[in-house]
Amino acid sequence: MIRVRGLRKHYKVHERPPGLAAALRSVVRRRYRTIAAVDGIDFDIAEGERVGFLGPNGAGKTTTLKVLSGLVHPTSGEVAVGGHEPRRRSDAFLKSITLVLGQKQQLLWDLPPGETFELNRAVYGVPRAQFEETLKELVSLLELGDLVTKPTRTLSLGERMKCELAAALIHRPRVLFLDEPTIGLDVSMQVTVRDFVKRYNERNGGTLILSSHDMEDVARLCPRVIVIDRGKLVYDGELQELVTRIRPDKRVVLRFSRPVDRADLERLGGAVVRHDAGESVLLVHKDAVNALVGTALAGLPVSDLTVENPPLEEVMSELFARGRTAREGAAT
Amino acid sequence: MSLRSTARAFPTLLRVGFADAVAYRAEMLVWVLATTMPLVMLALWTAVARDAPVGRYGQPEFLAYFLATFIVRQIAGSWASWEMNFEIRNGTLAMRLLRPIHPLWGYTAEALAAMPMRLVVSLPVAAIALAVVSSRSVTHDPVVWALWAASIAGAWLLTLLVNFVVGCAAFFVESSVKVMDAWLVLFFVLSGYLIPIDLFPAGVRAVVDWLPFRFQIGLPVELMTGTHGRAAALGLLARQWAWVAVALGATTLAWRRGLQRFAAHGG
Repeated sequence: MIRVRGLRKHYKVHERPPGLAAALRSVVRRRYRTIAAVDGIDFDIAEGERVGFLGPNGAGKTTTLKVLSGLVHPTSGEVAVGGHEPRRRSDAFLKSITLVLGQKQQLLWDLPPGETFELNRAVYGVPRAQFEETLKELVSLLELGDLVTKPTRTLSLGERMKCELAAALIHRPRVLFLDEPTIGLDVSMQVTVRDFVKRYNERNGGTLILSSHDMEDVARLCPRVIVIDRGKLVYDGELQELVTRIRPDKRVVLRFSRPVDRADLERLGGAVVRHDAGESVLLVHKDAVNALVGTALAGLPVSDLTVENPPLEEVMSELFARGRTAREGAAT
Repeated sequence: MSLRSTARAFPTLLRVGFADAVAYRAEMLVWVLATTMPLVMLALWTAVARDAPVGRYGQPEFLAYFLATFIVRQIAGSWASWEMNFEIRNGTLAMRLLRPIHPLWGYTAEALAAMPMRLVVSLPVAAIALAVVSSRSVTHDPVVWALWAASIAGAWLLTLLVNFVVGCAAFFVESSVKVMDAWLVLFFVLSGYLIPIDLFPAGVRAVVDWLPFRFQIGLPVELMTGTHGRAAALGLLARQWAWVAVALGATTLAWRRGLQRFAAHGG
């Protein structure tokens, strides 16, 4: 479905230090720097896959999505989406994809979202009966109710995002590109959007490519992740495998019915990362978890016990930190 | 998008564009007031011509000329370059590019959709004033009126295409607003908007006759006010549509080249 080979996107940016003198100098002589937003990445995505793009700010995730959706022309490399070359923006290609940008909107600001839906129906050439059916499904799944008849400018951010999703799906695209769809939303609205995307994808199939800073978005929706850092692909595979590879330890949270000495905990093995009166947290290699749990239950007054993966944020921070260290090492 | 599909979608684009244009009633009225410069010039020039005519223009001729200018400006005006500049700079053009219809068709539909309300507000007043106060200074030749219809279409199209070319400049420079400002300075002086073209010295006139500005507004005004006979009108009309063809070529080139540089900034 999606094939990317040697994708590069370089931007030439004007640089100027702050201050009046620098401002005047820049009028006479401009200094430019070439930035490699995407610097030679390869991957394939099969039809029906759900893939998350992860990476820190400026890593190249959004640029990659923009190239895949035909908005930005690549500097070099080969890109094909459903057999189309995105940069050509053929009708067949545009009708087969959608891109939701969390920080941009396609809804007409002064008109109710219903007008944008109608506009998209006409532009995408969706037959009236199919349009009515799709809209009914989207209104129900997203619980849009009377939002479609209120001017967009009067809607909250979360309500607008729900309508954005509906507008983006009116033509039933086969490939969904979602860029930060939950950015700025409160927790309950994040859950609503996530659940909708999951249910919609399960009902209608299609390929989903999601870019998000919110690890929870990716963890809930995408079994596979592609991690990009400084324009380069640093990981492509299952999310769980990435977690295991970077942080092979588990967090064992123990709650006690009476106080326990730190020395007793240290004897269990693993590292004690927190030790409070009634609760302690240990980091243990995944292979040693069973033994530790058995020993703890047998020898300590454990009232509750949970075993958790390390937070995804920590995994990603460590992955990027390792990348930085490797780059600095190579540079010296 | 094929022309057939575009034609099918166009009525909806116009309807939605119209709904958008009338969303703010106050803004619409203020906008009409902002295009009343010809009426200011009308007051100025009729005062100048109180004692003696200026060239072939006495007070009734100035009255007819600037009322006609006001009408033509209302019909043939376009502001697409500002919208394009904004959308290219902050990346919202991306949302248009994702749809299977050429963004320039979208801007065109919006320009057309904004026209009816502008005309409803301003045209009856100006047309009645022109008919009552200065009907003798308006052409009565039906052939010239037919040529006028073609010239007003040409003026509208030329102005729109100029807006597209200047709007596309935002792909190449930080902002195309200043480019439009520079164009407008020349337009105001050389189009007949502030000064009738035939009041220019002969040397300047020879240059102005070949520049595009006059064909954006001056030509339809001149045809309305009976400045040209049929043959001269036809010649000028051909020149106007030649400029339309040039502007169309420049738009195609600027859009294609510009799009390669589009970065869809801002998230």
